[in-house]
Amino acid sequence: MNNTEKELLSKVIPDINYEYAYNIRSNSKSVERKITNNVKIISKEDNKGIDIIVKDNTNFEYIYIPVLITESGLSDIVYNDFYIGKNSNVYIIAGCAIKNEGISRSEHNGIHRFFVEEGSNVHYMETHYAEGHKHSDKILNPITEVYLKNNSNMDMKSIQIKGVDKTKRVTKIVLENNAKLEVTEKIMTDNDAKADTIFDVKLNGVNSSCNVVSRSFATGNSKQKFKSKVYGNNKCYAHVECDAILKDGGKVVAIPEIIANNVDANLIHEASIGKIAGEQLIKLMTLGLTEKEAEKEIIKGFLK
Amino acid sequence: MLELINVNYEIDGKKILSNINLKIDINKIIIITGPNGSGKSTLSKIIMGILKPTTGQILWNGKDITNMSIDKRSNLGLSYAFQQPVRFKGITVKDIIDLSSHKKNDINTIINVLNEVGLNYSEYINREINDKLSGGELKRIEIATVLAKESKIIILDEPEAGIDLWSFNDLINLFIKKKKESGLLIISHQQKLFKIADEIILLEDGKIKSSESYITMKELLCCNRCMKKEIANE
Repeated sequence: MNNTEKELLSKVIPDINYEYAYNIRSNSKSVERKITNNVKIISKEDNKGIDIIVKDNTNFEYIYIPVLITESGLSDIVYNDFYIGKNSNVYIIAGCAIKNEGISRSEHNGIHRFFVEEGSNVHYMETHYAEGHKHSDKILNPITEVYLKNNSNMDMKSIQIKGVDKTKRVTKIVLENNAKLEVTEKIMTDNDAKADTIFDVKLNGVNSSCNVVSRSFATGNSKQKFKSKVYGNNKCYAHVECDAILKDGGKVVAIPEIIANNVDANLIHEASIGKIAGEQLIKLMTLGLTEKEAEKEIIKGFLK
Repeated sequence: MLELINVNYEIDGKKILSNINLKIDINKIIIITGPNGSGKSTLSKIIMGILKPTTGQILWNGKDITNMSIDKRSNLGLSYAFQQPVRFKGITVKDIIDLSSHKKNDINTIINVLNEVGLNYSEYINREINDKLSGGELKRIEIATVLAKESKIIILDEPEAGIDLWSFNDLINLFIKKKKESGLLIISHQQKLFKIADEIILLEDGKIKSSESYITMKELLCCNRCMKKEIANE
């Protein structure tokens, strides 16, 4: 990696521990890779992505899968499949960063599929970031599919920091018996950026459960749309929460859909959209912060 | 130190406070009491700058601060604990204590502040100040934010609300301790607090009805409807 790539990498994964497995993809090519005894990484044909295979009973390993784009005008598509063996516990840190100094559009479409075997715990975090010429489009479209087998768990944190002009984020998850899912999504949009988020969760198993929390901040003339569709197909529990803070001309649409196909499905959806509550600003001002400082701290906490 | 001169407040033509004259000094505890709707919370908000008086003056060491913003008053040394603490999403107990003291505190400082309000640090330090906390927990955290801050005058709006009476004794001792370094203006109906007051002000219909020591107030107000029960219980 050159210095530009290293700097860009630090925006999405600031603390890679190179003792563990990793695959760094830059401008559509794998540039660095490491495998371990428990984690194999195999390239797919035509360099269109990788298979990440985690052995059964792997306990506490990190896997880093960053994607970097520094070429203006590049449109990248990658298919990464994660096969998590039984009774494993892994931390997967993914991220995509674009630096586009030209005026052509740069685009990354990352399709991540997770096949999580019985009894495993997956902690997944992905961060998206873009910077560069203000007239160039920087586009990130992640698609995440998760299949959680019996008694498996996944917590997924997805963060879009700033600079991404357009994004369509699609997450599809299927849960079997006693499987649990925790999703936290945090998105910030500015200027004329657009962000669409779609969650599609199918709670197929007995006692499966999910908790989806989306927090977003829309400022400038940016627009966000959050659409969630949760199917309760068995005795299950789901909680979906969408909170958004608006500033200036920011706009947010939240579309909840909860579908109970079983009498024992317990599904909850909460959504709140609005500007920062005046009482929150006043509280922080009584601590000595100016109105602007108070606003900054409230948003920082909200998106933390 | 802090002086209110002929402060009036009205909203939509209705007079909420009339000709309030009041002095608050360091090392003094002043209790403001009175029936619901008498203007107690409005008065405390006017002192902190959350509301602006319609007419009248507020002086800080002789300097007019009537139009000064909330944050500037705070930085002078005025602190305020809300009757109904504000909830946040994402801001933790540690975050707000750091914001309150304007620095990143070490763990021992946080432990001490939370101990003073009867909270176990390990259970609360990383908790978000949100709806998942009970009213009593929120109230203790609210008081902790005031304790963490350097204050010359502390305003507490009904600090007893939501806190069980057993724990309230500890809170009284805390107020006595804070009196050594600050002045306290406490809005309260709680008779236990009256005993530690240097002055008790009775507010009725937005006017100061009387301003006396605890002993005199006890004699004068034994028939007053808002205090009768409190006094009778002694």
